[in-house]
Amino acid sequence: MHRTGELYGHFETLEQQKESAALGMWIFLVTEVLFFGGLFLTYTINRHAFSTAFGIGSNTLDITLGAGNTVVLIMSSLTMAMAVWSAQVGKKRLVSIFLIATLALGTVFLGVKAVEYKQKFDHHLVPGRSFDMKYHPAHPMPGDDLKELALEKEEVDKAFAQDPDINAHGQLYFSLYFGMTGLHALHMIIGAGLLLWLIKGSFAGRFTPQYNTPVEIVGLYWHFVDIVWIFLFPLLYLIDRHR
Amino acid sequence: MLGTGITVWAAFQDFGKYNIVIALAIATIKATLVVLYFMHARYSPKRTQLVIVCSVFWLAIMLALTLSDYNTRPREGRLASADTCYHA
Repeated sequence: MHRTGELYGHFETLEQQKESAALGMWIFLVTEVLFFGGLFLTYTINRHAFSTAFGIGSNTLDITLGAGNTVVLIMSSLTMAMAVWSAQVGKKRLVSIFLIATLALGTVFLGVKAVEYKQKFDHHLVPGRSFDMKYHPAHPMPGDDLKELALEKEEVDKAFAQDPDINAHGQLYFSLYFGMTGLHALHMIIGAGLLLWLIKGSFAGRFTPQYNTPVEIVGLYWHFVDIVWIFLFPLLYLIDRHR
Repeated sequence: MLGTGITVWAAFQDFGKYNIVIALAIATIKATLVVLYFMHARYSPKRTQLVIVCSVFWLAIMLALTLSDYNTRPREGRLASADTCYHA
């Protein structure tokens, strides 16, 4: 039966069964590459076409939060890899600990993302009727650095001079920003659900050196989501930062 | 981790038009390390490695062909060359 890792009828060896599970996940990840790849392509083309708007849009993102999130996610990949290793060497308690650590780090990532989204909403940078790139420089909010804000206002004004349609093109940038990071966050939420399922299993002592396929496979998925973010971060946050 | 530090630092340097190339190169190296080591791709059967290479190859084709399409379009946003007649 599935759950105990016994040999299924159509496999010749346990090794083959394990390998085919992993291969199945890899093939699914290939389809995910197709999925995100299309969005990255769209981003590239639009960025090339509207570089002014994209530059300004990128500068409104908080690079500290972004870089911090990147570190958090890479660490969660590390704890995930440690969880797989623990299962392989039979240290069952460590498996639970590392899985919980991965889930915690993933949740931190999502929390920071929520904070960033709220910020965008407050600054009128969500595509739609109230989108206005001039709003934030004109309306300082508590916690803003006024000097930075003045610099930003200068940049926005310069950009408007170069490209009068910035409010329209800026919406392209933010649509892609919310679309890509939102899709990524959705994948992380699904990953969190999978981790919860794994944690439940690890408490029941299911994962042994002979049978740790679920941990390995969810690990592959989690690492993939990390890779997507590794590419998202420089593309969205780090355009034109050389002020 | 080191890679992320380098990425952010590099972003604040201006290499002129190579900016995006450097940022993407660093990201690619990071991603390759994750795939090889965290995802155990280095220790997988050849079949799996082939699947991974195929996905990268597919991405390369999509990016190369689409971008070259856009690149070779006439400027001013027209979809064809200046002497194309739309209403025949």
